[in-house]
Amino acid sequence: MELKDTPLKEEHLKLNALMSEFAGWFLPIHYGSVIEEAKHTRAKVSVFDIFHMGKFIVRENPDKSSLDSIITVPVTKMKTGKCKYGFLLNDSGTVIDDLIVFRIKEDEWMIVVNASNEEKDAKIISSKLSKSASFENISSKTAKLDVQGPLSSEIVSKIAGDKIKELKYFSCSVFNFFGGDYIISRTGYTGELGFEIYIDKDKVIELWKELLKFNECKPAGLGARDILRLEMGYPLYGDELTEDITPLEAGFERVLDFEKDFTGKQALLKQKKEGIRKTLIGIECNDRRQPRHLNKIFKNGKEIGFVTSGVFSPHLNRGIGMGYIFTDSAKAEDEINIVSEKGEISGKIAELPFLKETSLKYVC
Amino acid sequence: MDVRSGYYYTKEHEWISIEGNKAKVGITDYAQHKLGDITFVDKPQIGKILKQFDVLTGIESVKAASDVYSPVSGKIIGFNSALENSPELINKSPYDQGYIAEIEISNPSEIKNLMDANSYKEYLKGLEK
Repeated sequence: MELKDTPLKEEHLKLNALMSEFAGWFLPIHYGSVIEEAKHTRAKVSVFDIFHMGKFIVRENPDKSSLDSIITVPVTKMKTGKCKYGFLLNDSGTVIDDLIVFRIKEDEWMIVVNASNEEKDAKIISSKLSKSASFENISSKTAKLDVQGPLSSEIVSKIAGDKIKELKYFSCSVFNFFGGDYIISRTGYTGELGFEIYIDKDKVIELWKELLKFNECKPAGLGARDILRLEMGYPLYGDELTEDITPLEAGFERVLDFEKDFTGKQALLKQKKEGIRKTLIGIECNDRRQPRHLNKIFKNGKEIGFVTSGVFSPHLNRGIGMGYIFTDSAKAEDEINIVSEKGEISGKIAELPFLKETSLKYVC
Repeated sequence: MDVRSGYYYTKEHEWISIEGNKAKVGITDYAQHKLGDITFVDKPQIGKILKQFDVLTGIESVKAASDVYSPVSGKIIGFNSALENSPELINKSPYDQGYIAEIEISNPSEIKNLMDANSYKEYLKGLEK
């Protein structure tokens, strides 16, 4: 299959990025060192090219919302200017995708989904919306740059104005810069203070170059992004979330609104009643070795689960990961062993997030 | 990719630098590039006797867990303990500060099974085609 290119491909190559396949795209994994890029993001500020993610615009009368019943997010209850995390589910309650919804206007929402699921999600959502709703897939014309790190508000404000400092965590607004009106949200996938900028495809090279003019701002790739999200215990679709997993198993009951109707709700209510058989947990290793996808998890010699993903955490200086275990087979701080064909790693069950003190909720 | 002259190389991208009957062993610049950031090097068992191309130790990077093979037969007599806390030395200095182990060579004639710097350069060219 031919890989899709980001408009910034040439810029990445100029910076000697190692480019590789991800979700059908040809994307930068790192620009020299995954670990250094992860550390730089937590210390200063990094910019990530996230063009590949799917972006949809839905417009409909909020009094007759059909979107509300398609996804778990309470789209009509959330205030304009807010962002909310949620799911698109199967009837069986398992996860087709995880997504973030932005209420841009009273009657307009942006939905941001995983690159690997863009086509599937577009088909499902557009086919379920009522006839009076409009659906637009803006993925290929809208770029997304994530500016993440404790210094992010300083540099984004120099481009989009000081107003961005008023954005609260998980809120968004439209800002005028580079001759257009563009959405910026205070969201991210790193656990640091950060902003996601949605801009026309043909303006993104200019924005990328402008951001990198700041000495403190460096490019970071998908490798660092994976470390940063795992240190925060954020799930990744394909690893922690799949069509075999429900949001209850992944520990997301708090983001579900059972007061409204949504696809998958009945199955989730049934699962709640009958019991949740597996639970997502954090794994903290005793040394620098990292758990890897599908390694087995043992406690007292008994197999209790499997690893969904793992990395070396440069901030904890040890291997960390996430995985599923049978519910109640272990609790936080219990000693476990991770078993792979390369041997055994000892560690413990850890509470998420692994990193508790970050710049995520700084008041700018 | 940097290839150090005077060293010998394996097809699995280890290098060996020989002085008398002792040698230092590490992985090449090409290997560290391919693996990405090295995050862990397992301490090999000092005193262990190895045959040529036996597994010397394990190494992990952000990308994969892999084995490092001994370029020659002999006894493991040393480990670069700086790698325990700074495995990134392999990325920064694969041929010097990032060496992995020291080996007492038991059969010097096995060097004929290894590549010299020029042959290894040619070998790398072949891989990149």
